[in-house]
This record gives sequence, C-alpha cells and structure tokens, in this order.
Amino acid sequence: MKKPSLFRVERRPVVPGHVVVLVSILAIFAALVAAGIFFEAYGISAIRAYQLIAKGALGSKLGLAETVRRAIPLLLCGVGLTIAFRALFWNIGAEGQLLLGAVAAAGVALFSGLPDVLLLPAMFIAGFLAGALWGLIPAVLKARLGINDVITTLMMNYIAIYLVEWLIHGPWRGPSMRGFAYTDKFPSAAILPTISWTRIHWPTLLLGLVVAVLAYVLIARTRAGFEIRVVGENPEAARFAGISAFKTTLLVMIISGGLAGLAGVGEVAGIHRMLLGPTRISMGYGYTAIIVAWLARRNPLAVIVTSLLFGIIMSGGDVIRVSLGLPFQVINLFNGLILFFLIGSELLMHYRISFSFRRQ
Amino acid sequence: MGWETWFIVTLSRTLAYGTPLLLATLGEIYTERSGVLNLGVEGMMIMGAYAAFSTAYTTGSPWLGIVAGALVGGAFSLIHAFASITLKANQVISGLSLTMLGLGLSGVLGRGWEGRPLPASIPEITAPGLSKIPFLGPILFEGQNLIVYFSILLVVVMWYILYRTRIGIAVRAVGENPAAADSLGISVNKVRYLCTIVGGILAGMAGGYLSVAYRPAWTEGMTGGMGWIVIALTIFAFWNPAIGMLGAYLFAALYHLSFRLQPWVSPELLKAMPYAFAIIVLIAISRGTLHKKMGAPAALTLPYSRGEE
Amino acid sequence: MKRFPGVVASDGVNLGVRQGEIHCLLGENGAGKTTLMRILYGFYQPDSGEILLSGKPVKISSPSVALAHRIGMIHQHFRLASTLSVEENVILGVDEGMGPFLRLGKTRKRIAAITEEYGLSVDPKAKVWQLSVGQQQRVEIIKALYREADILIMDEPTSVLTPQEVDQLFTTLRILVDDGLTIIFITHKLDEVMQVSDRVTVLRQGKLVATLPTSQTDKPSLARLMVGREVVFRLEKNPPQQGEKLLEVDRLHTLSDRGLPALRDVSFEVYGGEILSVAGVSGNGQTELAEVLTGLRKATSGRILLGGKDITNRSAREITDDGVAHVPAERIKMGTVSNMSVRENLILKDYRHPPFCRGIFLNYKKAEANAQRAMAEYQIAAPSDSSAAKLLSGGNIQRMVLARELSGKPRLIVAVHPTYGLDVGATEQVRQVLLRQRERGAAILLISEDLEEVMELSDRILVMFSGRVMGILDAEEAETGEIGLMMAGGRREGVRR
Repeated sequence: MKKPSLFRVERRPVVPGHVVVLVSILAIFAALVAAGIFFEAYGISAIRAYQLIAKGALGSKLGLAETVRRAIPLLLCGVGLTIAFRALFWNIGAEGQLLLGAVAAAGVALFSGLPDVLLLPAMFIAGFLAGALWGLIPAVLKARLGINDVITTLMMNYIAIYLVEWLIHGPWRGPSMRGFAYTDKFPSAAILPTISWTRIHWPTLLLGLVVAVLAYVLIARTRAGFEIRVVGENPEAARFAGISAFKTTLLVMIISGGLAGLAGVGEVAGIHRMLLGPTRISMGYGYTAIIVAWLARRNPLAVIVTSLLFGIIMSGGDVIRVSLGLPFQVINLFNGLILFFLIGSELLMHYRISFSFRRQ
Repeated sequence: MGWETWFIVTLSRTLAYGTPLLLATLGEIYTERSGVLNLGVEGMMIMGAYAAFSTAYTTGSPWLGIVAGALVGGAFSLIHAFASITLKANQVISGLSLTMLGLGLSGVLGRGWEGRPLPASIPEITAPGLSKIPFLGPILFEGQNLIVYFSILLVVVMWYILYRTRIGIAVRAVGENPAAADSLGISVNKVRYLCTIVGGILAGMAGGYLSVAYRPAWTEGMTGGMGWIVIALTIFAFWNPAIGMLGAYLFAALYHLSFRLQPWVSPELLKAMPYAFAIIVLIAISRGTLHKKMGAPAALTLPYSRGEE
Repeated sequence: MKRFPGVVASDGVNLGVRQGEIHCLLGENGAGKTTLMRILYGFYQPDSGEILLSGKPVKISSPSVALAHRIGMIHQHFRLASTLSVEENVILGVDEGMGPFLRLGKTRKRIAAITEEYGLSVDPKAKVWQLSVGQQQRVEIIKALYREADILIMDEPTSVLTPQEVDQLFTTLRILVDDGLTIIFITHKLDEVMQVSDRVTVLRQGKLVATLPTSQTDKPSLARLMVGREVVFRLEKNPPQQGEKLLEVDRLHTLSDRGLPALRDVSFEVYGGEILSVAGVSGNGQTELAEVLTGLRKATSGRILLGGKDITNRSAREITDDGVAHVPAERIKMGTVSNMSVRENLILKDYRHPPFCRGIFLNYKKAEANAQRAMAEYQIAAPSDSSAAKLLSGGNIQRMVLARELSGKPRLIVAVHPTYGLDVGATEQVRQVLLRQRERGAAILLISEDLEEVMELSDRILVMFSGRVMGILDAEEAETGEIGLMMAGGRREGVRR
C-alpha cells in the first residue's frame, strides 16, 4: 500500500527535443566528472587534464584545426552509422570499412596509372565501393542467413586490420621507404588540398557536410528513407507492408560502409599521403563514430555537432597523451564512460517528475 | 617431427589456448541464458588480465592474480548489469561501452606495467604416471596447468547446474519467458544479475589466465579480440556448456594450425584467420535445421518489466 | 458455506469471494478485471484499500507472497517457458527442501497423482512447445495444484479452447471446487458465467456494479449491467447480394514456422458481397491461411486465384496492389509502426504510389490531407496526425489499420480477429465497417475465434481443424453445437461446395 507522496514519477511516451538535448549534455558532463575522479585517483589533477584538453583542442588555432581534422572521419562514419542504426543494423564495422576505403584509395593512387585529373575522383569512388563491399558482406550474411551483425562486422574489422598489415609489410611495401612498413608516398595528384597550414583536408570536410544533409533528406523525405525507418522500427510491419528487408539492409550497408570508406580515403589522401599501419590510419574512428551516431540520436544532421564534440575529445586526448604521458587508450576511457552515461540517461528521459498532492 | 609428435603438440597447445576461450564462453553462455547479451567480454577479459598481472607481480602469487582477475571481471560486469537490467538500456550499446571502457581503463592503468617480467607464473605440471599413457598422456597430463583442468571440471559442473538443478531451470526460464518465472516468485533481475556476474568472473579469470599463465606478461590490448570470438562461440555452442567446450577447442586447434602454416603464408594473413574462421563457423551452423530448434533464448536482449507484455 | 477467504477493496471495488465457489468476474475488455486480479496476485500494488484472506488483512507485495498465501493464477497468455519440459515448468520456483537439487522421482509421482485425480493427462517429459494449447492450459493448472493453491484465479481461460475442451475444463473446475478450492473466473462471455459460476461480480469501467448469485440472474440482465445499457444482440444485416467469384483457393498446402504442415488440402471460394468466416480454435491453420493469402507465407502446393488471376506465392506487395486488404491479427506488432506518426502509418502501404510520392520523394502534404480525411471518416481519436501511433488506444489503432487497409477499395478483405480485445463501441464500429464493405461488393474472409461474432456477421462459415477444412455451412442454418463438433475435428459430410 503506497503512501501518497509529494512527487510522482510518470512515464512520458514522447520525449520532447529539448529534454533530449539537456539530458545528453548532462550525461556527457557526468561522464567527464567520472573520468575526472578516475584521473584524481590515478594521481593526475583532473582540473589540469581538462585545462589541457580545452586549451589543446579549442584554445589555439592549431588545436581547433586538429579538432576539425579529427571530426572529418567521425562525421563521415557517423552519418553512415545513423543510417545503419535507423534500420537497426548494428554496424560495429565502420573501422574496417574505413580501412578498406584507405586501401582502395592507396591502390588507385599508387597503381592505377590514371591521368592526374581523374586520380582523386577515382580514389573516392574506389574508396566508397571498397567500404561498401566490406559492409555488404555482413549485410548479406544477416539478411540471408540471419547471422548476428555485431559479430560479423567486428570480425571484419580485424580482418581489415591484418589485410592492411599484410599489404604494407608485403606486396605494397614501398621500395623507397628504406624498410619501413609503409607504401610509397602518393603522387601529388593523389593528395587532397588542405586549408593553408592546417591538416584540414577541406574537400573531405565539404563532402561530409553535404553527405550529412543528403542523408537527412534521405531519411526524412524519401521513399527509401521511409522503408529504412519501417524496417528498423518494426520488421514485422515492414514484411506486412511488402517492404523488402533484404534490399533495405543492403542499401543501408552500402551507404554506411561506403561513407566509412570515404573517411578512409580522406585520411590517407589528406593526412598521411600513403598507406601505413592500421592503428595510425584510424585511431578508432569507426568505434568512436558509434557514439557520435548514438549521441546524435541517429539524426544525420546532428552528427555535424556530435562529431565535432568527439573531435575535441580526440584532439584533447592527443594533448594529454603527450603532456601527461598517457597511452592512446585514454580516448577509449572517455568513449566508454560517455556511452554509458548516455544510455543510462535514456531511461531518465522517459520519465517526468511532477510535484503534486494528487493521488491516483 | 613425426606425425604422432605433431598431433601431440598440436592437441596439447589446443588445450592450452582453448582454456581462456572456454572459461569466457562458459560465462557468456550463462549470461545469455538468463536473457542478457554482454558484448563487453573483451573489456572484462582485458581488465581481468591487467588485474591478474598487477596483483601477481605485486604479491608474487600468480594464484592471487587469477583470483584478482576473476573479482575485477565480476565487478566490471556489474556496470553492464546495472545499465542493461536496472536501467533497461540497450544491451548492444552497453556491452560495447563496457569493452571500450575496459580497453581504455586497462590501457591507462597498465601504462607502467608493460615489459616487466612476472616473478612467478602459474606452474605447468606433469602428472607422474598419467603422462606415460601413450598419446593421451603427453596431451592431457604434461605441461598443462591446473586452470586447464579446472575449466574442464567447470564444464561438467555448469552443464549439470544448467540442466539438472533448480537453479538451471530458473536461469533458463528467465531467459526464455521472464514473465513466467516472475509469476512463480523468481526474481528475474536477481537471476540476471547473478548470471551476468558469473559471466564477468569467468571472463576476468580467462583474462588472468592469459597474463599470468599462458604468456606471463602484460601488454596493452593483449586480448586482441578474443572476447569477440567468445561471443561467436556462444552462438556456435547453442548456449550449451558441453558444445561450448567442443567449440573452444575446435577454435583453438584451428588457431594453432594457422600458425603451422607460417612457412607458406605470411604471418599477417594468418593472424586474420581466427576472425575469418569465426565468420565461417557462424555461416556453417546457420544453415542446419538444428539452429531453428536450438535458437537463442527467447528473451535475449529484452529487458523485463512486470506488467508489460 | 463458510464466510471466507478474500475481500478485495481497491479503487472503490469491494469484492467478496467465498470458499469453495466458482466466482465469475464479468466485464468488458478494459473494465478492470485483469488489473484487479493482478493486484490480488501481487503484480501491482493497490494505491489504497486492503486484501483480507480468511478475515485477516494481508499484504501481497509480489507473486511469491501470493503463492505463499496459496493463491495461484492462470494468465490469459500462459506463463510457460516453451523450451523447458512440463515437469521443469511445474517445479520452477518451488522449494522442496533440497536446495538446488532436484528430486525428479518424487516430483513425477506428485505430478502423476495430480493428473490422475483431476484427469489432467499430459506427458511430464514433453517440452512445452510440443503441446497443444489445451494441454498447455492443463500444465498451468497442474502448476497451481502442485503449489497447493487454495484460490485459483483464471483469466479468460476459455478463449483458446474448443467448446468441447471448454466443457472438459468446466468439469475439472467442478471437481476442484468440490475438493474445497476457490476459483475466480474472469470472463466477458455471458454463456460461461451462466454455465459455470456460483456467483458473479460485474465490473464496468473499473467499478463494481453488482455481485449476484448466478441462479438469481439471467443473460440479458447481466449484459445490461456489464455494458450499462441495453445490448442489441443482432446486427442489422441486409440479405447477401452474391456477386462474382473473387477468390478461389484450390488444394492449398503450407507449412508452419516450425516446418510442420499447417494447411492441408484447403479449398474454398469467396464471392463478392459476402462474408465467409473461418471458425476454429486458434492454432489450427487460420493464421497461416491469412498469411498465404496475403503473400506473407509461401504455399507449398495448390493455387490461389483472385478474380481468375493466379496470385499464388506472389509477394505481399503485388497482392496488395491487386486489391487485397489485410487486417492482421497482430494489429500492433504487425499492423502498425508504433514509433511512427499516424500520418505515416496511414500510408504504410501506399507510400510508393502517387499522390503520396513524387519520384523518390514522399509527399507529406498529401499524406497529411489523407490522414485528416481518414481520421474524420473513421473517427480515429489521436492528439494529431503527427503524433506517434503508440499514443493511440487499441480501438483507435484498429480504426487506423482499417482506414489504411480499406482506402484503396479492395476487392478482397482478409480480416483476422478484427474485434479481439476491443471495447463494445469499437467492436460495433469495426463490424459495421465490415458490413459496409460487404454492401459495396467486396469479398470478405473473416477469421475469428469468437463464435458469436462469426454467427452474427457471416453469410457462410468455414470450419477449420488441424489445417483442414472440416466443412462450410450456411450461416442461416448453422448451429453452435455443430460448429463446435467440427472445430474439434468432426467432419460434416455433403456440405462442401
């Protein structure tokens, strides 16, 4: 027998937009506090760590530029993931799809012999196709055989990693690299322009922004987007309405994998200018993009904001890595904590506390 | 090397490498049987590995290390349990964050521990007499450690509990139809918490085995995706501990064999093989009719609230 | 009779139940019967009021407390773990003083004793998914008896049974009551109240209307109490205007999800302007029939002709485009996308046809206009056309599904349990809508487990058992008893056409 209480917790069926934003901000804040407590316990001043992050990622032109540069692959991968997640396809494989894009771009840049004008467009096309192909394999396995998408996309990441390792140690190792495990440098026609002294390869950034808008239009305004949402929200209803889950799954993974592939092209053509070790091409962009997409509540436009946020964390992570001597895994610590607080807060969003003396 | 020696070495290594896979798979089987999918195995294993190594290094006792690994794995799984059972958060995302958190935390904490030698690791033992049994002797009773035997014993015990005791009935019922269990006075959340913790303890122990027994050392990210293979093995096992043992050893054998191909195939490609195997194995079992009858627990990944049907 | 076990007071409801009686709790869907019983079983907590057992107040905070007070509950949807065996389900959660270990020998003896005493035969080693629905219900009863329940609450126990199985159940219940058990029997069917109960309590909109000895009341007065007004037992129905043959099903076979034969040699025809009902106990192939006809399941052999055109094993989309509407049994799980708007749900099938799309784009203006029209025409009560479908009540969801399915003036309508779980108002509206479609000349295949509905609406009645057509009767001449026999597998000779 419940006592009448001063306040009541009610479930709200629809969560208003501003509540989502507010709760998300609170969740990120809570995660940063938790990480801070960890730093303190570990003997590092949390305040100093965050000062370094803020200064490093936002406080200088160089820092800002690095933040944007980190945000580019997160934007492309994140937009793709929002689409896959809309169809409830758990693409955890953006990392591998990104690497495949990088491999394809390197292949075209080094070995295609295409005329200079065609080289960069061909690299982007090849990168998209390679990423899409890497994404299609798990898509077909899930849609045809019902094989768990989380596991296959993850396994494909590891296969991609070792594929890159093999290429740079073996067949593609650059003769001019004096025994290092890199390919040769790309010809200059295969290198993306950057904004003056920064490492912001602006064509990829522009591409990312355009893609975010297009993805939004796709989801919200088109027939295909309607089908994607129905398949993701209720596969039974999709079957009932005659929507092919198979085609839809393939479509979202072509887009999702392809966009991750484009991110890979941007990294090798814009930053590294050659194919090199997989952990140097991608510092876990594909995994971080999962949080980027989730935080954006699967809205491609919101990814523009969330990718920047994680750009800050990544470039800030770089800074404290160097100045506090922490391993690069520190970024995973932030990522894990933010993701936890994010999903933990989701339940919170669905409830409203109202103060009243009413009894039911 | 004669064929017999070749087989003996292969099978003996299979047993050694299959043990961490087996331990973590047994745990994940229980977790999933209760309806909770924990994709954080990788994170729990790496935390277990770190905890075991640092404890063994500090105390000098590898056994304390294993215990610490198990405890830390269990504690770590509580995060997932809380998020997915109490907060009813998305289990896929929660598990992923557990893995990220584990990799991140162990990476930062383990910074100073890399490259240090362990004063003592779990000893390999050779059973006098038994090891003289032709063929089987050298495989089973020579150069293995106690954890290997413990994991085999655990298969029997966990199989028995799952299928032949009241506890097992409750676990299976909770994973299959939580409303049914609830209406008979079984606390769905309690069972799920316990099973998730069991999964964490065993994953932590598996990680500890890696860092203080299998190859006594600590390296960042040393589990290298083994946790994901455990998830695949759980499906392969049809959520049955006995088949899980078969799967873990089969996998370990394939893994070991891939190294035997070193002279012919480049090491980078060989490292990719376990992951390719996992996909191939999943494809292979997805085809049979068996898969339909012995599918996943019906309530897997579904949070339970009383009164919602 | 002793004054006894339970007095429930909740939300103004005072319910007194005597030991050793069958007490019916009568009310429409949504009248609060199930909520009341769930409070008694510890699933929900009352905000105020108390429960008295044998005169003593008790606090039932959870199902295990209810069990400790020897209260057993049999839910409408069985609470059985289907991959577990019967005996595992029976002993689930019972403490037999052996810690975690089982005493299967003893368990089996006890189960055998119970099954013998009450005639509840079932194989204890069988897995639950292998059992028929009637057998599963027996497992539920055995479960309660194994826990030595004194009070048995049964929520709509007959909804899944054949008339014969219902009789058998009632016999069992009588034996139980004679043994001293108390049974609270929740139902909305008047016949059952009259047939089985000692006393009856009528609930309406969460309030107790009356408690009466069954012998001192009759169906019409109970119906009045239940609905709050005079009930019309007969719908206005014009004589059939049989049109052309629209659907012809010829020796159809298909498999169930488990790969077992679900339809065997099914043949029938439906004409424009008629309602052909498919009667049968659930699980005898009706769902599969609806799915095969609408392209959601493959036929293994046989033919389906729509207006003379072969549509066998065409895709759901092609069949929809050919003018077949489907009102699915699972109106929420299959018929709607809960998180999408009413507007979008209303174009779930038509989104890829003009005017709702232009090229690859959707035309939301047209979708909105369409939603406004449909909401007015079908009286769909929703906050707005852009609110999520999950905010709608059951009745309004069904109105929305009907509005969508009937918008294209379909030639054939396959309606599965269209009024299941709806309140009286919505039920009446759905039936009227179906009759209007019949007037319009559509062919209607109505699949329903509600015999009353079948008798009221149909022109002809097809009875299915175990995936076979047991016979097709003219609704004017059909009798419930005969249909019941056919539902249990008795074939009627000479009526097949």
